[in-house]
Amino acid sequence: MITTTHYLMLSLVLFTLGVVGMMVRRNFITVLMCVELILNAANINFIAFSRQLGELTGQVFAVFVITIAAAEAAIGLGIIVALVRLKQTVNLDQVNVMEG
Amino acid sequence: MRDLLWLIPLFPLIGAVVNGLVGNRRGWGQHTTSTVALAGSGFAMLAAFAAIVDWATVLGTKAVHVTNLFTWIPAGPGHTADGLLANLKIDFALRLDALSAVMLFFVTLVGFVIHVYSVGYMHSETPRAYARYFAYLNLFMFAMLTLVLGANLAVLFIGWEGVGLCSYLLIGFYFEKDWCAAAGKKAFIVNRIGDFGFLLAIFLAFKTFGTIDFAAMQQMITADPSRYASAATPIALLLFLGAVGKSAQLPLYVWLPDAMAGPTPVSALIHAATMVTAGVYMVARSNFIFAQSPTAMLVVALVGGLTAVFAATIGLAQNDIKKVLAYSTVSQLGYMFLGAGAGAFGAGIFHVFTHAFFKACLFLGAGSVIHAMSGEQDMRRMGGLRKHLPTTYWTFLVATLALAGIPPQAGFFSKDEILGKVFAAGYGNFNGFGAVYLVLWVLGVAGAFMTAFYMFRAVYMTFHGSFRGTAEQAHHMHESPGTMTWPLRILAVGAIVSGFVGIGKAPAFEWDINVFEHLMHPIAPSLEVEHTPTLAGEWVLILVSVAVAVAGILLARRFYSGARAFERPRRLAERFPAVYGAVANKYYVDEFYDATVVAGTLGLARGSYEFDARVVDGAVNGARHLTVGTSFLSGLFDLNVVDGLVNLVADGYAWASRVLRRVQWGVVQGYVLVMAVGFVVMVAAAIWLGR
Repeated sequence: MITTTHYLMLSLVLFTLGVVGMMVRRNFITVLMCVELILNAANINFIAFSRQLGELTGQVFAVFVITIAAAEAAIGLGIIVALVRLKQTVNLDQVNVMEG
Repeated sequence: MRDLLWLIPLFPLIGAVVNGLVGNRRGWGQHTTSTVALAGSGFAMLAAFAAIVDWATVLGTKAVHVTNLFTWIPAGPGHTADGLLANLKIDFALRLDALSAVMLFFVTLVGFVIHVYSVGYMHSETPRAYARYFAYLNLFMFAMLTLVLGANLAVLFIGWEGVGLCSYLLIGFYFEKDWCAAAGKKAFIVNRIGDFGFLLAIFLAFKTFGTIDFAAMQQMITADPSRYASAATPIALLLFLGAVGKSAQLPLYVWLPDAMAGPTPVSALIHAATMVTAGVYMVARSNFIFAQSPTAMLVVALVGGLTAVFAATIGLAQNDIKKVLAYSTVSQLGYMFLGAGAGAFGAGIFHVFTHAFFKACLFLGAGSVIHAMSGEQDMRRMGGLRKHLPTTYWTFLVATLALAGIPPQAGFFSKDEILGKVFAAGYGNFNGFGAVYLVLWVLGVAGAFMTAFYMFRAVYMTFHGSFRGTAEQAHHMHESPGTMTWPLRILAVGAIVSGFVGIGKAPAFEWDINVFEHLMHPIAPSLEVEHTPTLAGEWVLILVSVAVAVAGILLARRFYSGARAFERPRRLAERFPAVYGAVANKYYVDEFYDATVVAGTLGLARGSYEFDARVVDGAVNGARHLTVGTSFLSGLFDLNVVDGLVNLVADGYAWASRVLRRVQWGVVQGYVLVMAVGFVVMVAAAIWLGR
């Protein structure tokens, strides 16, 4: 029997992967993909609790998050294109012009 | 004509303006200049005579005729000392009465004659100086006639100041010479002291009467004499202070001898015949005020009597012919005031009248002598001029006899009238000061003796004996031209006949033929005393005064003529060197004034300068230093405290930003790490705290 706890465990793994990936990877595209992982970990939580509580609100939230993730991906890719045009790189270590 | 009184001063004013503003600039020739000037004074004389005749025949000699030209100072209502509301309004009004008619007569006549004389006397001047001279002389006539005709104190004061100005200008006529300019300045400054008193008198009269019109003031006093008795003394004394300055009485006489620095016709006109008698005229004009104040009358008599003797003694030892005449003038003015102070205002004016003729004649004669002597004025270098200057000699002699008081010359009648009135005042115990008046009579007689002596001393030194000047002066010796000798003749005739209008009661053997006294009576009545000397007593007085005059003449003759001339006076001077030195040096009065008044004034000025330089400037500089010091401190406060605070705030922000900007270090992963760690920490805290 797959319980809510299992879902949460999966969600936790995905979330941890996303966060660690964001921290350790230098490639902007990879970082963006990690963000997708974090969002989807949250989606899993929404769906899991929706199922456990028998309510649809969580699922509706998940649909919204997916929508936002799509928009986010589009904007993120746009930023990457602009960055490549400016710096000829997608390496985040070299994009530190805002350093204080 | 009497309504056209304003024409009389206007003619000389026109002459002065034309010569002074046009002729002087364009350098008109002497002929043009003198024509303008003579027209100015001549027409004034004709207008004056016409006005007098018109007034005397139509209105009668007792009448007071006033012509109101315009309202000069409409000051509006104001309170008098009594608290009454009076309309203070001063009209520019001219007044013709017996007093001003007499003055008008001899001022215009002598003035015109001296204008004629000046044409000859001043002929060696440059055209511009000539025009300047005649402009001043005409201006003087204008001012003097305004003075004489003024119907109130203010109009009189205009003339008073005007003659003072012209006197100053003419004394300093040769202003290139330092001592002439200084003499002019001295005359002006000394006169200022008197004018100050006169001005105060006008203010006080205004305050007391609410008017300064002579007729109105007289009416008020006549209506209620006791009410104004207390105010009369200060007004009279202040007026007399003005007269003392203008008429060169003790102690303000010092300017008149120095005024001889001016051209001789000026000395004759201004400083002998007319201007200096303005003081006597003013006292006679305001006699109704003086009559209310026994104190003021006594002061007038005392000052006059003392001046008469004092100046006569100085005249004894002067060697400058003009200085002798100058001190004689001071002395005779003293007699006039002595008469006025004894209540005989008419007698004082009578002496003014006769004195104008013989003193002008004497000065013009002296001018003729100086002219002939090529400018020499020292009598010790003259002598024997009788042969060279016959006309000058006999006119001078006639005028000298008149001044000495030898009958039947004019001076005898007028001086005797004064001495008689003074004796009567003493005999009748006038105002309770009888003893004082008797002493003054003795002084007057002594003065008459000295007058006769010093005048005949001058005659003997100048015209008799042998010539003591240089050969060159003897070579240039000549009788003066007709323009100079004819005025002398006219004035000599005046010196003889002018006395006959005022023959007193005793010399006329009790006939009442004193025309002058009758003329003056309505305007300036003599103040009568109860006990008058008898006819025999008056004859004794006359004989006494004639005797002392003859004695003076004989003494002068003994001292200064003949083979042993000058010997006796020299011996006297050697025996009494202190007395002679004091008299010859004019009692050191000038030195005394220099040491006290002049030095005091200079010291005060110097002290004021020091005060100014040290205290006032010191205060200003101190304020400057104080300002600089405080602004320095204020700058320090501004730079350190205020700017320090501002900088402290700025530095605080700079420090804070240095610290805080470390947060933004540009490594995106680092941000994520912080976020994650922070998240973990917060979750842990929430769990920990929520437990």
